Amino acid sequence: MSVGLSQERLDAKAKVTGRCRFTADLTLPGIRIAKYLHSTIAHGKVTSIDTSEALALPGVEGVFTFADIPKVPFATAGHAFNLDPAARDKEDRLLLTEHVRYHGDEIAVVVAVDGLTASKALKKIKVTYEEYPALLNHEQALDDTARELHDGSGNRVGEHSYQCGDVPAALASADAILKGQFQTQMVQHCHMENHVAWAYMDDTDHIVVMSSTQIPHICRRIVSQALDIPMSTVQVIKPAIGGGFGNKQDVVLEPMVAFLTKQLGGIPVMLELTREECLTSTRIRHPFRVNIECAVNNDGTLKALAMDVSSNTGGYASHGHSIAKAAGSKVVPLYPNAAISYQAITHYSNLPSAGAMRGYGSPQIVFAVESIMEEAARKLGMDSIDFRLKNVAQTGDTNPLTGKVIESAGIRECLHKGREQFLWDQKKQDHSRFNSACKTGNIRRGLGVACFSYGSGTYPASVEIAGARMILNQDGRVTVQIGATEIGQGSDTVIAQMAAEKLGIPVSAIRVVSTQDTDTTPFDPGSFASRQTYVVCQAVAEAGDLLRQRILEHASCMLEIAVDQLTVSEDAVIDTSDNVLLSLKDLALDAYYHKTRGQQLTAEVSRKVTTNAYSYGCTLVEVEIDIALCQLTILAIRNIHDSGKIINPDLAAGQVYGGVGMGISGALSEELLADPETGWIYNNNLLDYKIATMMDSPDISCDFVETHEPTAAFGNKSLGEPPLLSVAPAIRNAILDATGVAMNQLPMSPKALFTAFRAAELI
Amino acid sequence: MFPIDQYHRASSVEHACSLLAEYPGRKLIAGGTDVLIRLREGKSGFSSLIDIHDLDELTWINHTADGTLQIGSGVTFTQLINYLKNDSLLPALVEGSSSIGGPQVRNMATLGGNICNGATSADSAAPLLAFNARITLKSQSGTREVPVEDFYAGPGKVHLEPDEIVTTFSINQEDHQNTGSHFYKYAMRKAMDIATIGCAAVCRIEENRIQSLRLAYTVAAPVPTRCHVLEEQVNGQPVSGKLIRDIAAMVLEELSPRNSWRASKDFREHIIRTLADRVVTEAIIRAGGQL
Amino acid sequence: MKQIIQCQLNGKPVELVVDVRQSLLEALRGHGLTGCKEGCGVGECGACTVLIDEVPIDSCITLAIRVEGRSIRTIEGETVNGKLSAVQQAYVDAGAVQCGFCTPGLVMKTTSYVEGISRSGGCCQNQIDSQNQVDSQNPVDSQNPVDSQNKADNINRETIRREHAGNLCRCTGYQTVVDAVEKSIQYYSGQE
Repeated sequence: MSVGLSQERLDAKAKVTGRCRFTADLTLPGIRIAKYLHSTIAHGKVTSIDTSEALALPGVEGVFTFADIPKVPFATAGHAFNLDPAARDKEDRLLLTEHVRYHGDEIAVVVAVDGLTASKALKKIKVTYEEYPALLNHEQALDDTARELHDGSGNRVGEHSYQCGDVPAALASADAILKGQFQTQMVQHCHMENHVAWAYMDDTDHIVVMSSTQIPHICRRIVSQALDIPMSTVQVIKPAIGGGFGNKQDVVLEPMVAFLTKQLGGIPVMLELTREECLTSTRIRHPFRVNIECAVNNDGTLKALAMDVSSNTGGYASHGHSIAKAAGSKVVPLYPNAAISYQAITHYSNLPSAGAMRGYGSPQIVFAVESIMEEAARKLGMDSIDFRLKNVAQTGDTNPLTGKVIESAGIRECLHKGREQFLWDQKKQDHSRFNSACKTGNIRRGLGVACFSYGSGTYPASVEIAGARMILNQDGRVTVQIGATEIGQGSDTVIAQMAAEKLGIPVSAIRVVSTQDTDTTPFDPGSFASRQTYVVCQAVAEAGDLLRQRILEHASCMLEIAVDQLTVSEDAVIDTSDNVLLSLKDLALDAYYHKTRGQQLTAEVSRKVTTNAYSYGCTLVEVEIDIALCQLTILAIRNIHDSGKIINPDLAAGQVYGGVGMGISGALSEELLADPETGWIYNNNLLDYKIATMMDSPDISCDFVETHEPTAAFGNKSLGEPPLLSVAPAIRNAILDATGVAMNQLPMSPKALFTAFRAAELI
Repeated sequence: MFPIDQYHRASSVEHACSLLAEYPGRKLIAGGTDVLIRLREGKSGFSSLIDIHDLDELTWINHTADGTLQIGSGVTFTQLINYLKNDSLLPALVEGSSSIGGPQVRNMATLGGNICNGATSADSAAPLLAFNARITLKSQSGTREVPVEDFYAGPGKVHLEPDEIVTTFSINQEDHQNTGSHFYKYAMRKAMDIATIGCAAVCRIEENRIQSLRLAYTVAAPVPTRCHVLEEQVNGQPVSGKLIRDIAAMVLEELSPRNSWRASKDFREHIIRTLADRVVTEAIIRAGGQL
Repeated sequence: MKQIIQCQLNGKPVELVVDVRQSLLEALRGHGLTGCKEGCGVGECGACTVLIDEVPIDSCITLAIRVEGRSIRTIEGETVNGKLSAVQQAYVDAGAVQCGFCTPGLVMKTTSYVEGISRSGGCCQNQIDSQNQVDSQNPVDSQNPVDSQNKADNINRETIRREHAGNLCRCTGYQTVVDAVEKSIQYYSGQE
């Protein structure tokens, strides 16, 4: 038994000793350093660029501008390729640009013997611009007279809508209608390892790219496209990665380092972004403006939800409209019995490019939905948890959007468990005393709850394919290779547990190859969409069964005992009476070296998954607010998740803590700020872009409701992204509970609280 | 690598002074937590450095015969905090020093550096002003002493001549003994942040009357600022809730916080008033006052 | 602008060729000690934390030449004869490792913290009050960390947080990191 146990991370010791190697730790001697010249304006055209002085600087080996690059537009989003041309990502990028679309856009690149020389060279490049008005929001970008950021786009990246049930009728007949507008902010991933990639050539036409990427196989395709070279001439290697959170589900640096090494005769070239560059010139979370209407009946029935979303993708599409699309589709499984309509548009603007980030649009939409749900509960005078219990999905409901039955939905159990463990009812009573004792007092307390539903993987929007290879080594241990990438979430460990479970051997007898190399790694699009355990488990389970079968067949051949009389246990083959017959080591040696029988025992499976499973959960939070200081303290916060069967409880809890922590930080303090006139980014550093420090982070607690998801090999569902989703609205609802003030914009920082408290005349 | 063209290690204060006198335009580097960041940003004027880090003459803290507390400019915040906490001295300066950066930064950053960089947000500045600290400067042409308050010249500017080095901060015994003091940093985060507003108060209470109150703010004006007029008006007043309210009501008269993307003027003004109330109250209580 | 400096590196005397323009972080990584990481370059994130004469500092904003004659400890020196240090083991056991990029810096910071507690005579195990979590305190007080000192008194999750506020982590929400520091104190005192 391995699945369900808190197996220690396979890479824990490598990481606490500093021996685990990341992309920048693996460089080659004499590697050249490249640095980008970023635009100093948000919108305009380069009218002249003079690189002669930079080129003349000793130590500079190359300066390239938009004039020097292949004119092949490419898309950077890390999606699996789509056979339907209409469904592909917008190919709106070149390696460098003369048309500046955001503050920080890349217009030239310098390669030098070291970073200092490269920086000095950048200062010697003379650029003049023709500046255009910055288009920063929905109105400006979609104005009929607005200049197009990308020709022919009308500044529209995508639009779509859906409707489940008769929303107008529900709105017309409901007892009460709640309306609201919600705005979310620009948030950045801030993985601790910045973007870094380097490349060299090891043959006349073969480029090796080492990169901190979540998506090596997709990366290879995009590099080959951008450079217009055959895919098999590009090899992408992904070592350990210092966090990604979706930002490395985008191809940001790899085409450029591949281009540079090619230009410079194959010499190794590295691009390592600074934190400042990473904050503005990689990807951010799409800001959403959501107009929402909610119809309820007096008995607490949610009749309808109508959402109208505008998503701002910034200067380049990246994941573009996929974000708003995915966000919309994940609301329905939470409230499948209500009529729901959703329409969304994604537009360009002169802000940093938005891409994938943990939650992929859901944090934005859940903020709006769960806020309006709270308003509805209050309007009806119902307890916030009771109101949700009356309306959330249960197993057996049909998702009206897909017409498929929801095979497992534990959200009710999550809410019940949360209510009990959080002492919700008792706290509510305490607060009413506490707050009424000093209703006008300075310190107030409140409770908030919010729910979410989320998918497992991207199907049916994209193909879901995963590959696993297993090899019985000469020492009787098993090597597992998978195409899916470990990015810190612990997937390698979980996959080892699954393999061990199927093979009948302990996790300690398994080595998972953590590095993906597109020349040798089974195909898999990568790490995103909380797909890893759900999608990869099928391939791993089948490969495990297959290898186990081959091991037993060889044992049967050696022992002359029927296969069905044998099984693998620990490090040996045993019979039905648990007698040890043969060690796996002896079996392996025989398979490899017996002169006539056997072979290297391997199993390889590539499997497509054509289902999706919804995970559920909720956040409960208790806050205390110092009105005069506009300061909020989280007194307690607890997430309860239905992610199906939990493969590794400790790692699962780790995902929840991390997601909740990121959710709190995003709810209360993070905000990439642009000048409202010029689009100039104010705070592209970790002093001014405020991710939570340890002192800002409260203790977090969590628990699970383990349902069984029949479509997954081990009954499991997604968990990586979900913990973040319901945090912000839960806090928002707690602030409302404490103060009566509705914070409908993120972040709910002291600055924002000040403005809201003043408007409410609390201060 | 940092864009450094010249680097000299000073072996003494005298050596540093002669290096400064030799070529104007050289910059002193002590802890390096500001200078190296500016160099990394590519700011001009820092490419020729004189390193005074860890000079024995700058890294001591003592009391002179007349009880004056003297702190070398090269003392790190960790050293300062440990010294003061150990002797239960100057709580507001401990609090100010403790709110700088994070532990690693406080292990390197120096009191002299925090003041010499001229930032209106310097977390040690408000307590130093409130304790009437003075600053000693040396150059080859001599030694001079000025109140820290007068050392500030404007946003990011201090009255430090190109050939001068700050050696010592001095606080008279009567400026801190038998006082209650408190500093509060208002920021968006609880650590590793720049102050939105900083406020320090030092007061002495006799028979529940304000014998003296000194109140200083950071980020509330172009430079760290004392509220002298207010201080004059409250001296001698009996401690009361009304007094605190009066202080909060008049504190803005001497301050001029600015609007910036980090925080609006309105917001800063509100926090200034709120902190006047909270910080003065705490200082009074610590001084033995009854409210 | 190269210079040769002598220092102790993880207990061994070494001679390093450094450029006066180099940060200590660059010099250490150039010397093969890639365990210390750069996350920001400005002393905000703590991923580059190493100990100089037992004092934790951000090596990204320390000039390499400053370690002349000093003793440096990096993550690479913490595992002796293949045995994880008490702090490293605590991080493993507490599940405080995810992507691992901030981990070496955190481990070094915690190492200095627990050794400081031990030096100041703290009998660590009894001092941990794990129940004493972020209570709603007087906000004026709670804003102002006054515990930069490694004192054995008053060790709780709040003071642990203050002492580690210079190390950013984006994966863990810090929950398991605080757990790991608590465990480190226990392990370290048990080992003494």
